[in-house]
Amino acid sequence: MSAKLPPGLQLEKVDDRIMTLNVGPQHPGSGHMRIIIKVDGDYIVHTDPDPGYVHRGEEKMAEYRNYITNIPHLERPVIHDSCNILYPYCLGIEELLGLEVPERAKYLRVIAAELNRCVYIQYWLAIYGIFLGHSTMFMWPTGDRELLIDLLEKMTGARVTHAYFVPGGIRNDVPPNFEDVCLRQVNYFEKRIKEYADVFYDNPILISRTRDTGVLSREDAIKLGTTGSVLRASGVDFDIRKKEPYDVYDELDFQSPTLKEGDSYARSKIPWLDMFESCRIIRDALKKMPKSGSVRVKLKPKPKGGDTEIYRRVESGRGALGMYIVSKGKPQPYRLKISVPSFRNLIAMPHLLTGEKLGNMPAVYWSLNYWPVEADR
Amino acid sequence: MYVTARENKKNEGKVVLKMSSDENNTNVEKTEEAPPVPEFENPLANLILKKFPSATIAFANPDRTRVNVSKEEIIQTASFIRDELHFDHAESVSGVDYPDEKQIEVVYHLGSYDDPSLSKQIMILATRVPREDNPHPGNDTTKLSSLYEIFPSVAFHERECFEMLGVYFEGNPDNRRLLLPEDWADIPPLRKDFDIKGR
Repeated sequence: MSAKLPPGLQLEKVDDRIMTLNVGPQHPGSGHMRIIIKVDGDYIVHTDPDPGYVHRGEEKMAEYRNYITNIPHLERPVIHDSCNILYPYCLGIEELLGLEVPERAKYLRVIAAELNRCVYIQYWLAIYGIFLGHSTMFMWPTGDRELLIDLLEKMTGARVTHAYFVPGGIRNDVPPNFEDVCLRQVNYFEKRIKEYADVFYDNPILISRTRDTGVLSREDAIKLGTTGSVLRASGVDFDIRKKEPYDVYDELDFQSPTLKEGDSYARSKIPWLDMFESCRIIRDALKKMPKSGSVRVKLKPKPKGGDTEIYRRVESGRGALGMYIVSKGKPQPYRLKISVPSFRNLIAMPHLLTGEKLGNMPAVYWSLNYWPVEADR
Repeated sequence: MYVTARENKKNEGKVVLKMSSDENNTNVEKTEEAPPVPEFENPLANLILKKFPSATIAFANPDRTRVNVSKEEIIQTASFIRDELHFDHAESVSGVDYPDEKQIEVVYHLGSYDDPSLSKQIMILATRVPREDNPHPGNDTTKLSSLYEIFPSVAFHERECFEMLGVYFEGNPDNRRLLLPEDWADIPPLRKDFDIKGR
């Protein structure tokens, strides 16, 4: 063959053993990303994650919009966890402008963030279930998720993209009967997720597929800088809500679950255990929350920050989510960097998949709690 | 000066940083005895200034310390931060473009998982590289030594910084495109002279 190829492209020699496979970006099992893997028989010998399929240039867009008009588009990278991605942004802007958030707004923020964490985890769990061939585990979380989505709709008016957090508080107060409804739904929700143990987490098929596959040791988890459930499944007790408490997390009663095994089973169990803690936090916050009061401080139109920089982080559904805001005295940020947990956990993917069997790929890949759209930003 | 409401509140609660080993404590005392360097409330800043006098501390809050170093010194400083100050991973690597100063700033946010006394701390390590008006990413003077050998967690972050700002990281095993399309033929998009149409 001597056909001229466009520059940059080359024909690959067909080796008799190694075969290159493109998993994604439109394969349902990959999410919106491509993983280029090389297989030798049944074993993966090389992994090259290739994100960027849904890159939208959020960081560039943020430089053109002022601090308030940045809110709706900044939650787009992860719409199922939109409160948590706006959280570090709002904390950063509050620090920049020197705003003091009203007490009631702090509690409502925590409630919204925890509800959103559960919504995200349920969505992720549904996908994890279906890719392990467990269709009940797709239906149950998708259905139970509606309970919390209804609550969030009552709070914010929108089902998924809430844009609820604003610098200086929250956009609006909750309806009058919200506390009772929230408590009832969360209690029922907790009862429901307990049943997942019977059908999923104690299921011998799940255990045989995920135990001891993709083991990430404690040292590697630290060295690779992983975060969130991946890190806590490897025995490192690091949760931003505990280590660097923001808003009222230091006054609430909860624990951050940690497991030692570091395999896919532990990684898939941590988010489930997180949901119980979220229910605890919500109940505690409802009890301690001031029953009335303002929920937002008044802002000047187009507020300006000083000549400074800020880095704030929160614990999202997937791990530590940081925002680095560089301000140069203008209404727009000079530079906004979003350090997302999915992007930080991306480095663990080649580390874990190389050497695994091809059939274990969904079990390992989705246990990383990876959200491709968020990694692409 | 960098003082906000949140920080004032923090100071009331008195956040005092304790270094884990005795060796470091003696270092702090020594700098207190002979004060040629300005004293910071944050002992980490003092330790770095003592070891690298040419570095500048942009600010030292109770839980954020920013160190500016020259690009020649970044490897030594990063090794010192890892080995002596026990920071073990990078949280993010950001590039900030300063076209008026003809420089690009690369900012590493480093954190620690292993040392519980440092879990609130973020060490911000920043350096500047020259910037060219007509960039040829990888083939011009916009180059920096990679911290991959010291913090392997920077691998993908540096790759992103290379394609978004055109800073080539010497020593990073992988400097290919990451998020942008493979046929991208424009200047690195996060530079300030790359404009969005219609804005």
